[in-house]
Amino acid sequence: MNWQWFHRLGSPRWFFEKTDRWLPWLTAVTLILLLVGTVWGLLFAPPDYQQGNSYRIIYIHVPAAFLALAGYYVMAISGAIGIIWKMKLPYMMMAAAAPIGAALTFVSLVTGAIWGKPTWGTWWEWDARITSMLILFFLYIGIMALQNAFRNQDSADKACAILALVGTVNIPIIYKSVDWWNTLHQPATLKLTSAPTIHATMLYPLLTMVVAFYCLYALALFRYTRVEILRRERRTRWVADLALGIRPGDRPRTQKQDTEASE
Amino acid sequence: MHPARKQRLYFVLFIVIFSTVAIGLMAYALRANLSLFYGPAQVVSGQVPFDTRIRAGGCVVPGTVARDPDSLQVGFLITDGVANLQVYYTGILPDLFGEGEAAVVNGMVREDDGAFYASEVLAKHDEQYMPPEVAEAMKAYDGGEKSCEDMNYGT
Repeated sequence: MNWQWFHRLGSPRWFFEKTDRWLPWLTAVTLILLLVGTVWGLLFAPPDYQQGNSYRIIYIHVPAAFLALAGYYVMAISGAIGIIWKMKLPYMMMAAAAPIGAALTFVSLVTGAIWGKPTWGTWWEWDARITSMLILFFLYIGIMALQNAFRNQDSADKACAILALVGTVNIPIIYKSVDWWNTLHQPATLKLTSAPTIHATMLYPLLTMVVAFYCLYALALFRYTRVEILRRERRTRWVADLALGIRPGDRPRTQKQDTEASE
Repeated sequence: MHPARKQRLYFVLFIVIFSTVAIGLMAYALRANLSLFYGPAQVVSGQVPFDTRIRAGGCVVPGTVARDPDSLQVGFLITDGVANLQVYYTGILPDLFGEGEAAVVNGMVREDDGAFYASEVLAKHDEQYMPPEVAEAMKAYDGGEKSCEDMNYGT
């Protein structure tokens, strides 16, 4: 099998230039979806027959928790590709995914606590779902700390990738915790195998928000990765050119420019 | 695939599989401790210690919630479909506490009467969400009688 196309994808410069064109579109789509989902969910979806309006936190809580889990796989798989192919871009993506995942995990923990107080009667309970989610938060924080603990970037990337891979075991545990053990947290409402147990009028804004959060995640990942690319490639010619506003076509310099410069 | 890369792929797979097996065995060994609460059947059959703080959980049996007219004391039965456990509690119940809904209680089982004396009652919400009109319509359809039959208590 020819892997050349794969290595081309791993070029930070290629990624930087491609995403430069994608970002405005992605930003627009994300903002529209977020706006539609939020307004639909908060203003037009009906209240719940038991919880009233407090259930509406689901429109932030569930998408944030989804992406906190999915984002971990993005980070771990990037790390695995980095280890196997020794490419720079996946490692940069892995480093970029950690703070985004940490933020999303934090949001789902906080919104869950705010919802838990009026619903369950407590902010926090050490049940399997909540505790494993807290461990996920610590894993993200740990990877961010590990990334900064090494002077050598290669060592930092390798250590982070291994920690990220070890942590993948936590994701199915979080997902299945409500089925395997007695927990205070309710089982999943959106299931892969059977129909969702939420009424359609409440389900569609939720699905809109989930798609919006996927776009938001991609947007944040691209932007953080671009910052990481610039930081790590700052000594290369193409980043210097970018900073000085020299377009790729302007090089190599002509003789005329050289004589002008020396005068 | 290049042999060196194949070797690193095996290294990655080894990390993932090894850590999964290690954590999996640990979770299996600790499975009894990972549950937040005991089911009523476990409490009634004497699998729990007396006069020690534990949690129990189950569905509140409809028609068993008895409130004391002069105080905040309330008594009710919780069930997991196998056994019923009598619970006593003094205090304010959470808004979503209700008959035919799941609850988690925190307290002690007394040795003399085998009842559960709770110091905290939490409502365990189910995964159903629907608008009030739909709930009304369903009530008209099935008579609106709450039951514990199709309930998932997490056991």
